[in-house]
Amino acid sequence: MSTEQKPAKEGLFSKKNRALLTDPLNSNNPITVQVLGICSALAITVKLKPAIVMSISVLVVTTMANLITSLMRNMIPNRIRIIVQLVVVATLVILVDQVLKAFVYDVSKQLSVFVGLIITNCIIMGRIEAFSLGNTPWKSVLDGLGNGAAYGGILIIVAFFRELLGNGTLLDYPVVDMLGLYDFGYKNNGMMLLPPMALIVVALIIWVQRAKTPSLIEKD
Amino acid sequence: MNINSNKYTYIFAVVMVVLVAALLSIAATSLKPFQDKNVELEKKSDILRSIGIEGEDADALFTQYITEQLVIQNGAAVASEVSAFDIDMASAVALSAEERQVPLYKAVVEGNTYYVLPLRGKGLWGPIWGYVALEGDGNTILGATFGHKTETPGLGAEIATPIFQDQFPGKKLFTEAYEGIEVRKGDASGDQQVDGISGGTITSVGVQTMISDCLAPYKKYLMSIASAAAVPAVDTLGLAADTTLTTAAL
Repeated sequence: MSTEQKPAKEGLFSKKNRALLTDPLNSNNPITVQVLGICSALAITVKLKPAIVMSISVLVVTTMANLITSLMRNMIPNRIRIIVQLVVVATLVILVDQVLKAFVYDVSKQLSVFVGLIITNCIIMGRIEAFSLGNTPWKSVLDGLGNGAAYGGILIIVAFFRELLGNGTLLDYPVVDMLGLYDFGYKNNGMMLLPPMALIVVALIIWVQRAKTPSLIEKD
Repeated sequence: MNINSNKYTYIFAVVMVVLVAALLSIAATSLKPFQDKNVELEKKSDILRSIGIEGEDADALFTQYITEQLVIQNGAAVASEVSAFDIDMASAVALSAEERQVPLYKAVVEGNTYYVLPLRGKGLWGPIWGYVALEGDGNTILGATFGHKTETPGLGAEIATPIFQDQFPGKKLFTEAYEGIEVRKGDASGDQQVDGISGGTITSVGVQTMISDCLAPYKKYLMSIASAAAVPAVDTLGLAADTTLTTAAL
């Protein structure tokens, strides 16, 4: 960890730093490329509002966890570093859970155990272990923001389609009803509300993404 | 300093744990009042929902509509150390029907008196609960709401949806033949029947058991209301005569 070289003064948003923020959004997306954090993507994407709250929570936790571990990276004893990472993440998650319970109680009830399960979200531990333990705080924050936003972005896209097609609403606003589609015999697709459909929507996103970015296609 | 020595590792771990513990306790203590308030507001809006009142400010609506909160034991209002609102139903239903002290909320909406009874029972995976609101006769159901902790989504969890709950208004709790509401399969046209959830049989039966179990402590009290409503003249005699009159009224 102490092997990092002092590079020549680098701009806050140099090309390399920007890549930390934008890579996860496309070519290195944690869900669609690394296939991490799928479990929660299935569970809380039935409606848009919980998905947004979950995205923000994960964004906050990844960013803060990356920042804190990066600040401590030269102090953490190597043998207990995984425990230290877990403690940092768990503390942040408990704080987020408590804040949600206090200020957005209804959403916190819908998210139920999944807030607690942010601790086990592989994206967070993965980013700490792979990135923030060996990089400066600023870079780690960018990396955390990028990965959190990438995760949240996919969550919100999936939740958008599931709530719209499954429930005919967006953020509980009856969009389909407003458009008057029910008069033409349109029916909500209840299957969209079931967990397997989240997998299928994620798969469709992966398909679209790979079709647009050929470099992601594995050559076998 | 060698950050990989045993001594340093121990010190690091201890300091970290103490700091984190302090931080979390401070957060938990300072946020507790907000969290308790949320739980209380949820309970209030649940009670209000059973009498068909929904609104943003549950606190104000609750004070406006709920005029009286009684503690009932064995069919009579009793004085209790715990206020009716603070009674923990989970521990109350663990006692026998005679020993239980349970809350009864009296609501007055546009001149009509309603009675709200809390329910608590077992579903398939965990506890289920709810509120049933009765009309002024203490027998006809005005509305019912149910909640659950871990029932299966799409099956047992459907008890918390309008599809199930909307069957309750107009049904009756007491007749000579039966006390409670029968949750059955298929035809549910009877006065005391509702259609259960297909695939959610154990939860449906749980609702039925919960209603008859939670009703028991209120029975005499509700019947005295029922008889008073049926024979208005009795009202002046007071509640003492209730047991003899109920049979006549029903």
